[in-house]
Amino acid sequence: MRKADRKGAWEARSLSIILTAITVVAAIVLIAPTLIVLLTSFTDSASLRFPPPGFSLRWYRALLDAEQMQAAAWHSLLIACGATVLSTVLGTAASLGLYRSRSGWAKGLDMLFMSPLLLPALAFGFAALILLYRIGLRPNLAFLIIGHTVVCVPFVMRTTLASLSQLDPALLDASSSLGAGPWTTFWRVTLPLIGKGVGSGGFLAFMASFDNVPVSLFLADERTEVLPIHLWQQIETNLDVRTAAASGVIIVVTLILMLIAERFAGLTRQIR
Amino acid sequence: MTGAQFRLSLPLAILFAFCFIAPLTILVVMSFSDQAAAGGFTLGHYRAIFTDPFNLSILLDTLLLGVKATLLCLLFGYPVAWVASRASPRWQSILLFMVVLPIMTSVVVRTFSWIVILGRNGVLNRAMLALGMIDEPVRLLFSETAVVVVLAQVQMPLMVLPILTAIGKIDPNLSDASRALGAGEWRTFRRVTLPLSMPGIIAGCLLTYSACVTAFVTQSLIGGARLLYMPLRIYQQAVGANDWPFAAALSITFMIAVVLVAIGLNMLSARSSRHAQS
Repeated sequence: MRKADRKGAWEARSLSIILTAITVVAAIVLIAPTLIVLLTSFTDSASLRFPPPGFSLRWYRALLDAEQMQAAAWHSLLIACGATVLSTVLGTAASLGLYRSRSGWAKGLDMLFMSPLLLPALAFGFAALILLYRIGLRPNLAFLIIGHTVVCVPFVMRTTLASLSQLDPALLDASSSLGAGPWTTFWRVTLPLIGKGVGSGGFLAFMASFDNVPVSLFLADERTEVLPIHLWQQIETNLDVRTAAASGVIIVVTLILMLIAERFAGLTRQIR
Repeated sequence: MTGAQFRLSLPLAILFAFCFIAPLTILVVMSFSDQAAAGGFTLGHYRAIFTDPFNLSILLDTLLLGVKATLLCLLFGYPVAWVASRASPRWQSILLFMVVLPIMTSVVVRTFSWIVILGRNGVLNRAMLALGMIDEPVRLLFSETAVVVVLAQVQMPLMVLPILTAIGKIDPNLSDASRALGAGEWRTFRRVTLPLSMPGIIAGCLLTYSACVTAFVTQSLIGGARLLYMPLRIYQQAVGANDWPFAAALSITFMIAVVLVAIGLNMLSARSSRHAQS
Protein backbone atom coordinates (compact mmCIF):
# COMPACT_ATOMS: atom_id res chain seq x y z
CA MET A 1 0.00 0.00 0.00
CA ARG A 2 2.66 2.46 1.08
CA LYS A 3 4.78 1.34 -1.84
CA ALA A 4 1.94 2.10 -4.25
CA ASP A 5 1.55 5.54 -2.66
CA ARG A 6 5.19 6.31 -3.13
CA LYS A 7 4.95 5.16 -6.72
CA GLY A 8 1.99 7.47 -7.24
CA ALA A 9 3.86 10.41 -5.73
CA TRP A 10 6.89 9.76 -7.95
CA GLU A 11 4.64 9.42 -10.99
CA ALA A 12 3.03 12.76 -10.10
CA ARG A 13 6.32 14.59 -9.64
CA SER A 14 8.64 12.90 -12.12
CA LEU A 15 7.28 14.78 -15.11
CA SER A 16 7.85 18.18 -13.60
CA ILE A 17 11.23 17.13 -12.14
CA ILE A 18 12.50 15.91 -15.51
CA LEU A 19 11.20 18.90 -17.46
CA THR A 20 12.56 21.32 -14.86
CA ALA A 21 15.97 19.60 -15.00
CA ILE A 22 16.08 19.99 -18.78
CA THR A 23 15.08 23.65 -18.37
CA VAL A 24 17.93 24.23 -15.90
CA VAL A 25 20.43 22.72 -18.37
CA ALA A 26 18.97 24.87 -21.16
CA ALA A 27 19.17 28.01 -18.99
CA ILE A 28 22.85 27.34 -18.21
CA VAL A 29 23.69 26.77 -21.89
CA LEU A 30 21.78 29.92 -22.81
CA ILE A 31 23.55 32.19 -20.34
CA ALA A 32 27.07 30.69 -19.99
CA PRO A 33 28.55 31.86 -23.33
CA THR A 34 27.57 35.48 -22.70
CA LEU A 35 28.97 35.40 -19.14
CA ILE A 36 32.21 33.73 -20.24
CA VAL A 37 32.91 36.36 -22.91
CA LEU A 38 32.02 39.17 -20.52
CA LEU A 39 34.47 37.86 -17.89
CA THR A 40 37.18 37.12 -20.48
CA SER A 41 37.02 40.69 -21.77
CA PHE A 42 38.33 41.95 -18.39
CA THR A 43 41.47 39.81 -18.60
CA ASP A 44 44.91 41.35 -18.02
CA SER A 45 46.65 38.88 -20.35
CA ALA A 46 46.90 38.90 -24.13
CA SER A 47 45.16 35.55 -24.58
CA LEU A 48 41.51 34.59 -24.51
CA ARG A 49 41.96 32.17 -21.60
CA PHE A 50 39.03 31.52 -19.34
CA PRO A 51 39.10 31.96 -16.39
CA PRO A 52 41.41 34.97 -16.87
CA PRO A 53 44.64 34.94 -14.83
CA GLY A 54 43.90 38.47 -13.59
CA PHE A 55 41.52 41.30 -14.23
CA SER A 56 42.11 44.71 -15.80
CA LEU A 57 40.48 47.26 -18.06
CA ARG A 58 43.39 47.32 -20.52
CA TRP A 59 41.42 45.92 -23.47
CA TYR A 60 38.62 48.39 -22.92
CA ARG A 61 41.22 51.19 -22.93
CA ALA A 62 42.59 49.71 -26.16
CA LEU A 63 39.15 50.19 -27.71
CA LEU A 64 39.59 53.97 -27.35
CA ASP A 65 42.37 53.81 -29.96
CA ALA A 66 40.62 51.36 -32.28
CA GLU A 67 39.56 54.00 -34.78
CA GLN A 68 38.43 51.59 -37.48
CA MET A 69 36.20 49.76 -35.03
CA GLN A 70 34.73 53.01 -33.73
CA ALA A 71 33.97 54.18 -37.25
CA ALA A 72 32.25 50.86 -37.96
CA ALA A 73 30.22 51.20 -34.76
CA TRP A 74 29.05 54.69 -35.79
CA HIS A 75 28.03 53.45 -39.22
CA SER A 76 26.04 50.60 -37.68
CA LEU A 77 24.35 52.94 -35.22
CA LEU A 78 23.41 55.40 -37.96
CA ILE A 79 22.04 52.66 -40.23
CA ALA A 80 20.13 50.99 -37.38
CA CYS A 81 18.52 54.32 -36.36
CA GLY A 82 17.48 55.06 -39.94
CA ALA A 83 16.11 51.57 -40.55
CA THR A 84 14.29 51.57 -37.19
CA VAL A 85 12.52 54.88 -37.86
CA LEU A 86 11.55 53.89 -41.41
CA SER A 87 10.40 50.37 -40.57
CA THR A 88 8.49 51.50 -37.47
CA VAL A 89 6.61 54.30 -39.26
CA LEU A 90 5.85 52.30 -42.42
CA GLY A 91 5.20 49.05 -40.53
CA THR A 92 2.81 50.66 -38.05
CA ALA A 93 0.89 52.43 -40.83
CA ALA A 94 0.65 49.19 -42.82
CA SER A 95 -0.54 47.27 -39.74
CA LEU A 96 -3.26 49.88 -39.17
CA GLY A 97 -4.27 49.49 -42.81
CA LEU A 98 -4.45 45.73 -42.69
CA TYR A 99 -5.70 44.64 -39.28
CA ARG A 100 -9.43 45.16 -39.81
CA SER A 101 -9.55 43.89 -43.36
CA ARG A 102 -10.42 40.29 -44.14
CA SER A 103 -9.98 40.61 -47.91
CA GLY A 104 -7.65 38.47 -49.99
CA TRP A 105 -5.59 41.55 -50.81
CA ALA A 106 -4.96 42.24 -47.14
CA LYS A 107 -3.94 38.62 -46.52
CA GLY A 108 -1.60 38.70 -49.51
CA LEU A 109 0.03 41.96 -48.40
CA ASP A 110 0.42 40.62 -44.88
CA MET A 111 2.23 37.55 -46.22
CA LEU A 112 4.41 39.74 -48.44
CA PHE A 113 5.44 42.02 -45.56
CA MET A 114 6.27 39.02 -43.35
CA SER A 115 8.23 37.09 -45.97
CA PRO A 116 11.66 38.71 -45.36
CA LEU A 117 11.58 36.85 -42.03
CA LEU A 118 11.52 33.45 -43.74
CA LEU A 119 13.50 34.04 -46.92
CA PRO A 120 17.30 33.92 -46.75
CA ALA A 121 18.44 37.53 -46.20
CA LEU A 122 21.64 36.71 -48.08
CA ALA A 123 19.68 36.01 -51.27
CA PHE A 124 17.77 39.28 -50.79
CA GLY A 125 20.98 41.27 -50.34
CA PHE A 126 22.45 39.69 -53.45
CA ALA A 127 19.26 40.35 -55.44
CA ALA A 128 19.24 44.01 -54.35
CA LEU A 129 22.85 44.38 -55.50
CA ILE A 130 22.03 42.92 -58.93
CA LEU A 131 19.10 45.34 -59.28
CA LEU A 132 21.30 48.34 -58.39
CA TYR A 133 23.91 47.37 -60.98
CA ARG A 134 21.24 46.71 -63.61
CA ILE A 135 19.83 50.23 -63.28
CA GLY A 136 23.32 51.70 -63.28
CA LEU A 137 23.65 52.57 -59.59
CA ARG A 138 26.22 51.58 -56.99
CA PRO A 139 25.74 50.63 -53.32
CA ASN A 140 25.56 53.56 -50.90
CA LEU A 141 24.40 54.41 -47.43
CA ALA A 142 20.80 55.25 -48.44
CA PHE A 143 20.32 51.93 -50.22
CA LEU A 144 21.85 50.12 -47.27
CA ILE A 145 19.31 51.74 -44.91
CA ILE A 146 16.43 50.84 -47.26
CA GLY A 147 17.68 47.25 -47.50
CA HIS A 148 17.79 47.00 -43.70
CA THR A 149 14.29 48.52 -43.52
CA VAL A 150 12.87 45.70 -45.66
CA VAL A 151 14.27 42.97 -43.40
CA CYS A 152 13.26 44.87 -40.23
CA VAL A 153 9.61 45.50 -41.17
CA PRO A 154 8.35 42.00 -40.15
CA PHE A 155 9.53 42.53 -36.54
CA VAL A 156 7.53 45.76 -36.22
CA MET A 157 4.44 44.34 -37.90
CA ARG A 158 4.32 41.16 -35.82
CA THR A 159 4.15 42.90 -32.46
CA THR A 160 2.00 45.78 -33.76
CA LEU A 161 -0.58 43.49 -35.37
CA ALA A 162 -0.65 41.40 -32.19
CA SER A 163 -1.47 44.43 -30.04
CA LEU A 164 -3.99 45.74 -32.61
CA SER A 165 -5.86 42.44 -32.37
CA GLN A 166 -6.38 43.19 -28.66
CA LEU A 167 -7.77 46.63 -29.42
CA ASP A 168 -11.49 47.13 -28.71
CA PRO A 169 -13.03 48.68 -31.88
CA ALA A 170 -15.78 50.22 -29.72
CA LEU A 171 -13.17 52.66 -28.34
CA LEU A 172 -12.35 53.92 -31.83
CA ASP A 173 -16.04 54.25 -32.72
CA ALA A 174 -16.65 56.12 -29.48
CA SER A 175 -13.80 58.49 -30.26
CA SER A 176 -15.02 59.27 -33.78
CA SER A 177 -18.68 59.57 -32.72
CA LEU A 178 -17.57 62.12 -30.12
CA GLY A 179 -16.22 64.18 -33.00
CA ALA A 180 -12.54 63.30 -33.02
CA GLY A 181 -10.90 63.16 -36.45
CA PRO A 182 -8.83 60.19 -37.58
CA TRP A 183 -5.56 61.87 -36.50
CA THR A 184 -6.84 62.77 -33.06
CA THR A 185 -8.19 59.26 -32.62
CA PHE A 186 -4.84 57.83 -33.66
CA TRP A 187 -2.74 60.02 -31.34
CA ARG A 188 -5.10 60.01 -28.35
CA VAL A 189 -6.65 56.53 -28.48
CA THR A 190 -5.00 54.03 -30.82
CA LEU A 191 -1.32 54.83 -30.28
CA PRO A 192 -1.45 54.84 -26.47
CA LEU A 193 -3.18 51.43 -26.59
CA ILE A 194 -0.80 49.79 -29.08
CA GLY A 195 2.30 51.76 -28.01
CA LYS A 196 3.91 48.80 -26.25
CA GLY A 197 3.56 46.62 -29.32
CA VAL A 198 5.00 49.32 -31.57
CA GLY A 199 7.82 50.03 -29.10
CA SER A 200 8.78 46.36 -28.77
CA GLY A 201 8.71 46.00 -32.55
CA GLY A 202 10.92 49.05 -32.96
CA PHE A 203 13.36 47.65 -30.41
CA LEU A 204 13.52 44.30 -32.25
CA ALA A 205 13.98 46.13 -35.57
CA PHE A 206 16.89 48.15 -34.12
CA MET A 207 18.63 45.02 -32.83
CA ALA A 208 18.03 43.18 -36.12
CA SER A 209 19.52 46.03 -38.14
CA PHE A 210 22.50 46.60 -35.83
CA ASP A 211 23.23 42.88 -36.09
CA ASN A 212 22.59 42.40 -39.79
CA VAL A 213 25.41 40.86 -41.81
CA PRO A 214 23.90 39.34 -45.00
CA VAL A 215 22.34 42.53 -46.37
CA SER A 216 25.30 44.75 -45.41
CA LEU A 217 27.69 42.31 -47.05
CA PHE A 218 26.23 43.20 -50.44
CA LEU A 219 24.89 46.73 -50.04
CA ALA A 220 27.64 48.48 -48.04
CA ASP A 221 30.13 50.46 -50.11
CA GLU A 222 33.87 50.36 -49.33
CA ARG A 223 33.72 53.41 -47.05
CA THR A 224 30.86 52.22 -44.83
CA GLU A 225 32.11 49.18 -42.98
CA VAL A 226 29.56 48.04 -40.36
CA LEU A 227 30.43 46.74 -36.90
CA PRO A 228 29.35 43.07 -37.19
CA ILE A 229 31.33 42.61 -40.41
CA HIS A 230 34.36 44.37 -38.92
CA LEU A 231 34.25 42.11 -35.84
CA TRP A 232 33.75 39.05 -38.02
CA GLN A 233 36.92 39.85 -39.94
CA GLN A 234 38.76 40.41 -36.67
CA ILE A 235 37.69 36.96 -35.48
CA GLU A 236 38.74 35.29 -38.72
CA THR A 237 42.12 37.00 -39.08
CA ASN A 238 43.58 37.82 -35.66
CA LEU A 239 41.57 36.61 -32.72
CA ASP A 240 42.58 39.27 -30.17
CA VAL A 241 41.18 40.31 -26.84
CA ARG A 242 39.99 43.67 -28.19
CA THR A 243 37.22 41.72 -29.92
CA ALA A 244 36.22 40.40 -26.50
CA ALA A 245 36.15 43.95 -25.11
CA ALA A 246 34.01 45.13 -28.03
CA SER A 247 31.73 42.14 -27.39
CA GLY A 248 31.58 43.17 -23.73
CA VAL A 249 30.43 46.66 -24.70
CA ILE A 250 27.79 45.22 -27.05
CA ILE A 251 26.54 42.78 -24.39
CA VAL A 252 26.21 45.47 -21.72
CA VAL A 253 24.48 47.93 -24.07
CA THR A 254 22.11 45.16 -25.25
CA LEU A 255 21.29 44.26 -21.65
CA ILE A 256 20.55 47.89 -20.77
CA LEU A 257 18.38 48.34 -23.87
CA MET A 258 16.55 45.09 -23.10
CA LEU A 259 15.87 46.17 -19.52
CA ILE A 260 14.52 49.51 -20.80
CA ALA A 261 12.35 47.73 -23.38
CA GLU A 262 11.12 45.35 -20.68
CA ARG A 263 10.37 48.16 -18.24
CA PHE A 264 8.53 50.45 -20.67
CA ALA A 265 7.15 48.13 -23.35
CA GLY A 266 6.88 44.79 -21.53
CA LEU A 267 9.14 43.22 -24.15
CA THR A 268 8.84 39.58 -23.01
CA ARG A 269 5.04 39.88 -23.02
CA GLN A 270 4.88 41.59 -26.42
CA ILE A 271 6.99 39.12 -28.36
CA ARG A 272 4.87 36.12 -27.46
CA MET B 1 -13.71 54.07 -43.98
CA THR B 2 -12.03 50.71 -44.53
CA GLY B 3 -10.94 51.87 -47.96
CA ALA B 4 -9.30 54.93 -46.44
CA GLN B 5 -7.74 52.77 -43.77
CA PHE B 6 -6.46 50.28 -46.31
CA ARG B 7 -4.52 53.10 -47.99
CA LEU B 8 -2.28 53.28 -44.92
CA SER B 9 -0.53 50.15 -46.13
CA LEU B 10 0.25 51.71 -49.53
CA PRO B 11 3.60 53.35 -48.64
CA LEU B 12 5.02 50.05 -47.41
CA ALA B 13 3.50 48.22 -50.39
CA ILE B 14 5.28 50.63 -52.74
CA LEU B 15 8.57 50.21 -50.87
CA PHE B 16 8.23 46.43 -51.10
CA ALA B 17 7.33 46.56 -54.80
CA PHE B 18 10.54 48.43 -55.66
CA CYS B 19 12.90 47.11 -53.02
CA PHE B 20 11.77 43.54 -52.44
CA ILE B 21 9.72 42.20 -55.36
CA ALA B 22 11.78 43.96 -58.04
CA PRO B 23 15.15 42.63 -56.78
CA LEU B 24 13.79 39.10 -56.42
CA THR B 25 12.36 39.27 -59.96
CA ILE B 26 15.73 40.39 -61.30
CA LEU B 27 17.30 37.51 -59.37
CA VAL B 28 15.01 35.04 -61.16
CA VAL B 29 15.79 36.61 -64.55
CA MET B 30 19.50 36.53 -63.75
CA SER B 31 19.35 32.83 -62.88
CA PHE B 32 18.18 32.03 -66.45
CA SER B 33 20.56 34.40 -68.21
CA ASP B 34 23.37 33.23 -70.41
CA GLN B 35 26.61 35.08 -69.77
CA ALA B 36 28.14 34.14 -73.13
CA ALA B 37 25.32 35.57 -75.24
CA ALA B 38 23.97 38.91 -73.99
CA GLY B 39 20.24 38.60 -73.32
CA GLY B 40 20.38 34.85 -73.91
CA PHE B 41 18.19 32.39 -72.05
CA THR B 42 19.51 29.18 -70.55
CA LEU B 43 18.52 26.45 -68.13
CA GLY B 44 22.19 25.56 -67.84
CA HIS B 45 22.74 26.91 -64.31
CA TYR B 46 19.90 24.85 -62.90
CA ARG B 47 21.09 21.82 -64.85
CA ALA B 48 24.55 22.37 -63.34
CA ILE B 49 23.06 22.42 -59.83
CA PHE B 50 20.88 19.34 -60.20
CA THR B 51 23.34 17.15 -62.07
CA ASP B 52 26.39 17.95 -59.94
CA PRO B 53 26.49 15.73 -56.83
CA PHE B 54 28.68 18.35 -55.11
CA ASN B 55 26.02 21.08 -55.31
CA LEU B 56 23.24 18.67 -54.42
CA SER B 57 25.10 17.41 -51.37
CA ILE B 58 25.59 21.00 -50.12
CA LEU B 59 21.86 21.65 -50.47
CA LEU B 60 20.99 18.40 -48.73
CA ASP B 61 23.55 19.02 -45.93
CA THR B 62 22.07 22.48 -45.35
CA LEU B 63 18.48 21.22 -45.15
CA LEU B 64 19.54 18.35 -42.86
CA LEU B 65 21.51 20.78 -40.67
CA GLY B 66 18.26 22.71 -40.22
CA VAL B 67 16.37 19.55 -39.26
CA LYS B 68 18.97 18.48 -36.69
CA ALA B 69 19.24 21.92 -35.08
CA THR B 70 15.44 22.29 -35.02
CA LEU B 71 14.96 18.91 -33.32
CA LEU B 72 17.62 19.70 -30.70
CA CYS B 73 15.96 23.07 -30.15
CA LEU B 74 12.57 21.40 -29.67
CA LEU B 75 14.01 18.87 -27.22
CA PHE B 76 15.16 21.70 -24.92
CA GLY B 77 12.71 24.41 -25.95
CA TYR B 78 9.53 22.49 -25.13
CA PRO B 79 10.47 21.85 -21.48
CA VAL B 80 11.52 25.50 -21.12
CA ALA B 81 8.13 26.67 -22.46
CA TRP B 82 6.28 24.16 -20.25
CA VAL B 83 8.13 25.26 -17.11
CA ALA B 84 7.68 28.95 -18.04
CA SER B 85 3.93 28.44 -18.54
CA ARG B 86 3.58 27.15 -14.97
CA ALA B 87 5.98 29.61 -13.34
CA SER B 88 4.90 32.68 -11.39
CA PRO B 89 4.81 35.87 -13.52
CA ARG B 90 8.11 37.00 -11.99
CA TRP B 91 9.94 33.75 -12.76
CA GLN B 92 8.34 33.60 -16.16
CA SER B 93 9.80 37.00 -17.02
CA ILE B 94 13.25 35.99 -15.73
CA LEU B 95 13.18 32.73 -17.72
CA LEU B 96 12.02 34.45 -20.90
CA PHE B 97 14.67 37.13 -20.44
CA MET B 98 17.35 34.42 -20.37
CA VAL B 99 15.85 32.77 -23.44
CA VAL B 100 15.71 36.02 -25.41
CA LEU B 101 19.16 37.34 -24.39
CA PRO B 102 21.23 35.22 -26.82
CA ILE B 103 19.18 36.23 -29.85
CA MET B 104 19.39 39.92 -28.91
CA THR B 105 23.16 40.12 -28.51
CA SER B 106 24.86 40.46 -31.86
CA VAL B 107 25.26 37.23 -33.83
CA VAL B 108 29.00 37.84 -34.17
CA VAL B 109 29.32 38.22 -30.39
CA ARG B 110 27.36 35.01 -29.80
CA THR B 111 29.47 33.08 -32.27
CA PHE B 112 32.66 34.58 -30.84
CA SER B 113 31.69 33.44 -27.35
CA TRP B 114 31.29 29.88 -28.63
CA ILE B 115 34.76 30.09 -30.20
CA VAL B 116 36.16 31.01 -26.77
CA ILE B 117 34.38 27.96 -25.33
CA LEU B 118 35.03 25.41 -28.09
CA GLY B 119 38.48 26.50 -29.29
CA ARG B 120 41.65 24.39 -28.93
CA ASN B 121 42.56 26.14 -25.70
CA GLY B 122 38.93 26.84 -24.94
CA VAL B 123 36.96 26.38 -21.74
CA LEU B 124 35.58 22.96 -22.66
CA ASN B 125 38.89 21.45 -23.79
CA ARG B 126 40.70 22.61 -20.67
CA ALA B 127 37.91 21.39 -18.42
CA MET B 128 38.01 17.94 -20.03
CA LEU B 129 41.84 17.89 -19.76
CA ALA B 130 41.65 18.78 -16.09
CA LEU B 131 39.10 16.05 -15.46
CA GLY B 132 41.29 13.54 -17.27
CA MET B 133 38.61 12.80 -19.87
CA ILE B 134 41.06 13.48 -22.70
CA ASP B 135 44.86 13.47 -22.98
CA GLU B 136 45.26 16.31 -25.48
CA PRO B 137 42.94 19.02 -26.80
CA VAL B 138 40.38 17.72 -29.27
CA ARG B 139 38.94 19.62 -32.19
CA LEU B 140 35.47 20.82 -31.25
CA LEU B 141 35.12 23.76 -33.61
CA PHE B 142 34.63 23.21 -37.33
CA SER B 143 32.43 20.15 -36.80
CA GLU B 144 28.81 19.75 -37.73
CA THR B 145 27.91 18.84 -34.16
CA ALA B 146 29.25 22.21 -33.01
CA VAL B 147 27.23 24.05 -35.67
CA VAL B 148 24.06 22.19 -34.64
CA VAL B 149 24.55 22.92 -30.91
CA VAL B 150 25.33 26.61 -31.46
CA LEU B 151 22.39 27.09 -33.84
CA ALA B 152 20.03 25.40 -31.37
CA GLN B 153 21.24 27.66 -28.55
CA VAL B 154 21.00 30.82 -30.59
CA GLN B 155 17.55 30.19 -32.08
CA MET B 156 15.93 28.89 -28.87
CA PRO B 157 13.53 31.87 -28.40
CA LEU B 158 12.00 31.25 -31.84
CA MET B 159 10.99 27.81 -30.55
CA VAL B 160 10.04 28.69 -26.96
CA LEU B 161 7.79 31.71 -27.59
CA PRO B 162 5.20 30.11 -29.95
CA ILE B 163 5.00 26.97 -27.77
CA LEU B 164 4.47 29.09 -24.67
CA THR B 165 1.62 30.89 -26.44
CA ALA B 166 0.04 27.58 -27.45
CA ILE B 167 0.29 26.10 -23.94
CA GLY B 168 -1.19 29.30 -22.52
CA LYS B 169 -4.27 28.87 -24.71
CA ILE B 170 -5.04 25.36 -23.42
CA ASP B 171 -8.05 25.33 -21.11
CA PRO B 172 -6.65 24.33 -17.68
CA ASN B 173 -9.92 22.46 -17.01
CA LEU B 174 -8.89 19.84 -19.57
CA SER B 175 -5.81 18.78 -17.60
CA ASP B 176 -7.83 18.85 -14.37
CA ALA B 177 -10.51 16.69 -15.96
CA SER B 178 -7.90 14.26 -17.24
CA ARG B 179 -6.39 13.96 -13.76
CA ALA B 180 -9.80 13.67 -12.08
CA LEU B 181 -10.57 10.77 -14.40
CA GLY B 182 -7.50 9.01 -13.05
CA ALA B 183 -4.89 9.70 -15.73
CA GLY B 184 -1.43 10.28 -14.25
CA GLU B 185 0.75 13.32 -14.94
CA TRP B 186 2.60 11.61 -17.77
CA ARG B 187 -0.57 10.39 -19.43
CA THR B 188 -2.18 13.82 -19.13
CA PHE B 189 0.94 15.40 -20.61
CA ARG B 190 1.08 12.93 -23.49
CA ARG B 191 -2.64 12.83 -24.29
CA VAL B 192 -3.74 16.41 -23.48
CA THR B 193 -0.98 19.02 -23.22
CA LEU B 194 1.32 17.78 -25.98
CA PRO B 195 -1.33 17.34 -28.73
CA LEU B 196 -3.02 20.63 -27.89
CA SER B 197 0.26 22.55 -28.06
CA MET B 198 0.99 21.10 -31.53
CA PRO B 199 0.20 24.38 -33.41
CA GLY B 200 2.83 26.14 -31.26
CA ILE B 201 5.36 23.35 -31.84
CA ILE B 202 4.89 23.56 -35.60
CA ALA B 203 5.08 27.37 -35.67
CA GLY B 204 8.24 27.19 -33.54
CA CYS B 205 9.80 24.55 -35.80
CA LEU B 206 9.04 26.65 -38.88
CA LEU B 207 10.72 29.78 -37.48
CA THR B 208 13.68 27.88 -36.04
CA TYR B 209 14.21 25.88 -39.21
CA SER B 210 14.31 28.85 -41.57
CA ALA B 211 16.55 30.78 -39.17
CA CYS B 212 18.98 27.82 -38.88
CA VAL B 213 19.37 27.04 -42.59
CA THR B 214 19.98 30.71 -43.44
CA ALA B 215 22.31 31.51 -40.48
CA PHE B 216 25.25 32.54 -42.61
CA VAL B 217 27.54 33.95 -39.90
CA THR B 218 27.17 31.09 -37.42
CA GLN B 219 27.49 28.43 -40.09
CA SER B 220 30.67 29.84 -41.57
CA LEU B 221 32.44 30.89 -38.33
CA ILE B 222 31.68 27.70 -36.36
CA GLY B 223 31.74 25.38 -39.37
CA GLY B 224 34.90 26.87 -40.89
CA ALA B 225 35.77 26.74 -44.57
CA ARG B 226 35.66 22.94 -44.71
CA LEU B 227 31.94 22.63 -43.93
CA LEU B 228 30.15 24.22 -46.84
CA TYR B 229 26.47 25.18 -46.52
CA MET B 230 24.23 26.93 -49.04
CA PRO B 231 24.52 30.56 -47.79
CA LEU B 232 28.33 30.42 -47.87
CA ARG B 233 28.26 28.67 -51.26
CA ILE B 234 26.03 31.43 -52.68
CA TYR B 235 28.33 34.09 -51.25
CA GLN B 236 31.45 32.41 -52.65
CA GLN B 237 29.92 32.15 -56.12
CA ALA B 238 28.55 35.72 -56.08
CA VAL B 239 31.54 37.55 -54.62
CA GLY B 240 34.51 35.19 -54.86
CA ALA B 241 33.92 33.61 -58.28
CA ASN B 242 31.87 36.59 -59.51
CA ASP B 243 29.54 34.14 -61.30
CA TRP B 244 26.29 36.04 -60.77
CA PRO B 245 23.95 33.89 -62.88
CA PHE B 246 25.06 30.68 -61.16
CA ALA B 247 24.85 32.33 -57.70
CA ALA B 248 21.36 33.53 -58.62
CA ALA B 249 20.29 30.02 -59.62
CA LEU B 250 21.70 28.69 -56.33
CA SER B 251 19.77 31.39 -54.41
CA ILE B 252 16.49 30.57 -56.15
CA THR B 253 16.94 26.82 -55.61
CA PHE B 254 17.72 27.41 -51.94
CA MET B 255 14.75 29.75 -51.45
CA ILE B 256 12.36 27.29 -53.07
CA ALA B 257 13.68 24.49 -50.86
CA VAL B 258 13.16 26.62 -47.72
CA VAL B 259 9.69 27.72 -48.83
CA LEU B 260 8.65 24.13 -49.65
CA VAL B 261 9.54 23.05 -46.12
CA ALA B 262 7.61 26.05 -44.76
CA ILE B 263 4.53 25.17 -46.81
CA GLY B 264 4.72 21.55 -45.67
CA LEU B 265 4.88 22.61 -42.01
CA ASN B 266 2.05 25.10 -42.52
CA MET B 267 -0.18 22.36 -43.92
CA LEU B 268 0.70 20.21 -40.91
CA SER B 269 -0.22 23.07 -38.60
CA ALA B 270 -3.56 23.66 -40.35
CA ARG B 271 -4.36 19.97 -39.90
CA SER B 272 -3.30 19.87 -36.27
CA SER B 273 -5.27 23.00 -35.34
CA ARG B 274 -8.39 21.50 -36.94
CA HIS B 275 -7.62 18.36 -34.96
CA ALA B 276 -7.22 20.41 -31.77
CA GLN B 277 -10.58 22.09 -32.28
CA SER B 278 -12.53 18.89 -32.95
